Amino acid sequence: MSWLSKPASDIQITHGARLWLYVVAVLITMFLVIPTLIVIPMSFSDSQYLEFPPRIWSLRWYDNYFGSTEWMTATWVSVKAALFTVLVATPVATMAAYGLYVSNVRAARFIFVLLITPMMVPVILIAIGVFFAYAKLKLNNTMPGLVLAHTVLALPMCLIVVSAGLRSYDMNQERVARSLGASRLKAFLLITLPQIRFSVVSGALLAFVVSFDEVIVALFISGGDMSTITRSMFLALRDQIDPTIASISTILILITTAALVLTQVFGKSDSG
Amino acid sequence: MTTGQSAGQDANLKASPSTGPSHGPSYGLAPAPSHGLNADELRRDEARERLVMFGLSVPAIMLVLAIIVIPVGWLFWLSLFNDEGALSLDNYTRMLDSKSYTRIFMTTFNVSVLTTGICVLIAYPFSYFLSQLPKRWAALGLFAVLLPFWTSLLVRTYAWLVVLQRKGLVNQWGIELGLWEQPLKLVHNLNGTLVGMVHIMLPFMVLPLYGSMRAISLDYMKAASNLGASPARAFWTVFFPLSLPGLFAGMVVVFVLCLGFFVTPAVLGGGKVVMVSMKIETLIDLFFNFGTASALGVVLMVLTLAVLFLAHRLLQLDRVLGGGRGA
Repeated sequence: MSWLSKPASDIQITHGARLWLYVVAVLITMFLVIPTLIVIPMSFSDSQYLEFPPRIWSLRWYDNYFGSTEWMTATWVSVKAALFTVLVATPVATMAAYGLYVSNVRAARFIFVLLITPMMVPVILIAIGVFFAYAKLKLNNTMPGLVLAHTVLALPMCLIVVSAGLRSYDMNQERVARSLGASRLKAFLLITLPQIRFSVVSGALLAFVVSFDEVIVALFISGGDMSTITRSMFLALRDQIDPTIASISTILILITTAALVLTQVFGKSDSG
Repeated sequence: MTTGQSAGQDANLKASPSTGPSHGPSYGLAPAPSHGLNADELRRDEARERLVMFGLSVPAIMLVLAIIVIPVGWLFWLSLFNDEGALSLDNYTRMLDSKSYTRIFMTTFNVSVLTTGICVLIAYPFSYFLSQLPKRWAALGLFAVLLPFWTSLLVRTYAWLVVLQRKGLVNQWGIELGLWEQPLKLVHNLNGTLVGMVHIMLPFMVLPLYGSMRAISLDYMKAASNLGASPARAFWTVFFPLSLPGLFAGMVVVFVLCLGFFVTPAVLGGGKVVMVSMKIETLIDLFFNFGTASALGVVLMVLTLAVLFLAHRLLQLDRVLGGGRGA
C-alpha cells in the first residue's frame, strides 16, 4: 500500500488522504452512468417488470416497437422534424451569427439577447403560446408548424456555437480573399465557412438533438398522425410503465453513444 | 473596419488620377487629397454594407418574433382578462389568495433549491477530482458526464422509473441484502423526483465547475503550501474562492432550469409533486383556461428572468455563458 503514502500532486497531499475523494468520484460516476446503461440488458427481458438480470431473454419488446404502426409513424415524424429543423435552423443561425459579428453595430448585442430568449423563457410558456397562435393559423398537428417551433428552440444553441467559432476565426483571411477580388459571398463560402465548419456542424447536431428530444412543445402542438416519438413516450410513461419504451430507449442510447464516440474520434474543435 | 479594405482599394485606384488636371470633373473638383475626397463615400459605403450584413439576422429575428415574442405577448394580454372577459388582475390576485397556488409555487421553489443544493454537493467533489486528473483521464470522466447529458431526457427519466419502482432494482437489491424488508416507495413521490432531477441537472453543474477548476493554476496551490499552508487550508483559502465563478454559474443554470421543469416531475412525481409548469399544462389540457395558465406562465417567466438578471448583474455570467461579441 505504499501508493497511498505517495504524493498525489505537487501539493504534498497523499493518495491516502485523498482516498475518500476517489471513492466518492467512483460512486458518482456509477450514479451518472449505470441507470442509463442498465436499461439496455433489461430491454431484452421477457418479463413485464423488466427484471435484471433477465431470467428469460427475449426480443418481445423490440417486436412490439417495430411491429407497431403507431410507434413507427411517431419515429418517422420525429426524424423528419429533426432533419427539417437542422436544415432551417443551421443556415438561419449561421447567417445571424455572421451578420451580427460582422456588422458590429450597437444593436447587435441587443439582437443577440433577443435571439437567445427561447432558451430563457420557460418552455411551457412557449408551448402554450405557440399552441394558441397555431390554433388561429391552423398549424397545430402539422409538420411545418412543428419544424418552425423546433427551429426557434434550436436557434439559441446554434447561434452561440457558431458565434463562438467566428470569434476564434481570424477575419483577416476573409478580407484578404475579398481584396483579391472575391465577392463577399464567395469569400465566406470558400474561406470562412470551411474554417468554422466544426462549429456549424456542432450547431446542426445540437439542432437535431433539441428537436428530437423535445417533449413539451410537441405535447401541445403535435398529435394524431403527427405525434412525435418523445410525445408518445411521455404519454405512455405518465400512464403506465410500458416495457416497449425500454427497447426504444436502448436504441436511442446506442445512437447517442455512437455519435459521441464518433465526435471524440473525428471531432476537432475549431473554437480552440 | 471590415468593409473599408476592398472598397478603399477601388476608391484609391479611381482617386489617384484626380491629382492630374486633365481628368474628369468628378475627380478634379475636390482640392483635398484623394483619401479625403472619398471619405464620405467610403463611410456611406461602409454603413450600407453594415446594414446589409445586419440584414442577415432578419430571418432569425422574424422567427423569434413570430414564435416567441408575439405569442407570449398575446398570452400576457389574455392573462389580464378575468373569466367574464373584463380587464382585471383577477388571474394574478387569485395566485396570492388561493392556497393551492401558493403551495404550487412553494413546491417549485423547494424542489429547485433542493435539486440545486444536492447537485452542488455531488458535483463539487466530482469536478475537483476530474480537474486534478491528467487531461487524458479527465476526458474519460467527462465522458461519463456527457453520455447522460446527450441521452434523451425521457430515456433517463424512464430509466429511473424502472430502477426505483416497487419491483425495481433498488428495492430488489435492498431486500436481498437485508437492508429493508418491505419494498420502499422510492418513486411517484418527492424522493423519486429529486433523484431524477439531480441526475438530469448534474452535467449542467459539472461542466462549468470543471471548466473554472481547470483554469486554476496549480502554482497557486504550490505557493500556498510553500508558505506553510496545510493542504486543507490551501484548498479553502486559495482553490475554493477561485472556483466560485464556475460554481455560481452552474447553480444559476440548474436553478433556472429546475424552475421550469416539467417532464421528470410529471413522470417520477406521480401527481404528488405539482410544479408550476405541470399546473399550466393541466389548466390548458383539462380546462382550456388560457387566462389563468398564462398568468402562471408570466409569473414563472418573470421569476426566471429575475434570477438570470440578478445573476448577470452580480456575477457577470456572460463571461461564463458566452454571448455577443468578444465580451
